[in-house]
Amino acid sequence: MAFAFGFPLVQVVRDSFYAGNFDSPIWVGLDNYKGVVSDPAFRQSLLNNMKLLLAVPVMLGLGLAIALVLNDRIRGGRHYQSIVFLPYVLPATAIGIAFSFLLQQNGVLNTALRKAHLGGLAQDWLGNSHLAIVSVGGLVVWQQLGFAVVVFTAALLSLPPETAEAARIDGAGWWQLQLRVLVPQIRPIIELLTVIQVITVISWVFNYVYVLTAGGPGFSSSVMELYIWRSFSNGSNGTAASVAVMLLGMAGVLIGLSLWVRRQAIAA
Amino acid sequence: MRATARGSLVRVLSQHAFLIIICLSALYPLWFIGSTALRSNAAYQLDPTGFPSHPTLGSLRTILFDEPLPRWMWNSFLVTVSSVAVSTFVALLAAYAAVFGRFRGHSIFLSTSVALMVVPPVTLLVPMFVFMVDTGMVNHLQSVIVFYTGLLVPFAIFFMTGFFRTIPQELIEAAASEGAGPFTVFRRIVLPLSGAASFTLIVVQAIWVWNELLIALVFLQSESSRTLMSGLAQFQGRFVTNVPLVLAGALVSILPVVVLYLSGQRFFVRGLTAGIGK
Repeated sequence: MAFAFGFPLVQVVRDSFYAGNFDSPIWVGLDNYKGVVSDPAFRQSLLNNMKLLLAVPVMLGLGLAIALVLNDRIRGGRHYQSIVFLPYVLPATAIGIAFSFLLQQNGVLNTALRKAHLGGLAQDWLGNSHLAIVSVGGLVVWQQLGFAVVVFTAALLSLPPETAEAARIDGAGWWQLQLRVLVPQIRPIIELLTVIQVITVISWVFNYVYVLTAGGPGFSSSVMELYIWRSFSNGSNGTAASVAVMLLGMAGVLIGLSLWVRRQAIAA
Repeated sequence: MRATARGSLVRVLSQHAFLIIICLSALYPLWFIGSTALRSNAAYQLDPTGFPSHPTLGSLRTILFDEPLPRWMWNSFLVTVSSVAVSTFVALLAAYAAVFGRFRGHSIFLSTSVALMVVPPVTLLVPMFVFMVDTGMVNHLQSVIVFYTGLLVPFAIFFMTGFFRTIPQELIEAAASEGAGPFTVFRRIVLPLSGAASFTLIVVQAIWVWNELLIALVFLQSESSRTLMSGLAQFQGRFVTNVPLVLAGALVSILPVVVLYLSGQRFFVRGLTAGIGK
């Protein structure tokens, strides 16, 4: 652990203050950081990570709705759940490749829309600089949804049945029961999962972006991880390191938050 | 009474309809991969949404015999087995020491593990790459095995600690009072009890390593050292106009995971949601 984390964590901070190649590093102070912050490609990447945050409420809302329906002791519930969870275990690379073909200009989605005489809805999902990041978000939701469903289902199952029974006897309707009685009881889990998924969309989405859009067109759907990877591939190690430090700072805040929320969730 | 009965029928039906729509959208991309891999490129170009009415094994044959895919699969297999084995072994010992040995600072050790679980690997990439260049490990499987093992260990410790805490302390104390040393206790009592938990942990880690792309992409750049995922990513760029061929590759990479999932579902679900500690 000391080797895999300790050494690189110290080294990356050091690297971020140097420029040039590894054999003859030059001390440049904060210049890497200044360069990055004024680079439009970096700003776009950061903005895209923020846009991906919108995927979190969609994913959690939909996941919660599915979990609540499954919690109604619906017939075949286990089968539904195992199908919904399946995407979560699949390799994001293979799935991303499939989605890149589904969403192409003349791909499956657009062909199907045209066949259904809804050609007006057909879009260049990956080639349009505004839509590309939306497509990435869609893919993230598609793959991560099952995780939310399983976590919420487990949380709902662990609730004491008496509260729901009491509410039912008091004449609570279905919607009232879900929103007023069940959802508030699993709030700690919802909060914890929110933090975890925020960490995911800020710092674990390289895979999706790389195979779906490669950050394109231009850098319109780039994210911070991809920016690090690109700078690093171009030999700008100092630049890559300084973005890595910033990402680490953000992740650090979120990790602190997750430890705190976790404690609350376990205490509750 | 009648009105409520009809009301609940409508509710049940709409619930099923909702779940069926969700399941179809979860399954459609898989159907797309599987069915397209069995179609000829000409048929796909004509109509990408079509049914594989004249299935062909041509694409699968090409990727398995004319392309280095089997080699990449073998690499992925080696990397997965080695890093998962090492990290599971280390985690078993570390978690045992932390829970039953209660060495000084064990609680700091455990919360460090939890924090490290979510450190984005991309931030460690540059220094690790420099290190691998210095030690001459780039383009050798050892480079990713070392890195993956390091990344897996925090989660593995977290997971095993959680499990060990459910083993009654009295059991250990009883054995110790009868003169069993810590290693005997570990081998004779703790290990036999940890079968299911270790298996769950192994499955989860194996999935993670098998699916990893970024590190493999950076550290293994020669054709013969690629893992399946980095190979696939390169495939995608090289055969843009032959969709069935690329998807045949995707199908081959997905199949082992799906088979594993269908055979050990409860291990998956339990293990993959373990990060949400209880």
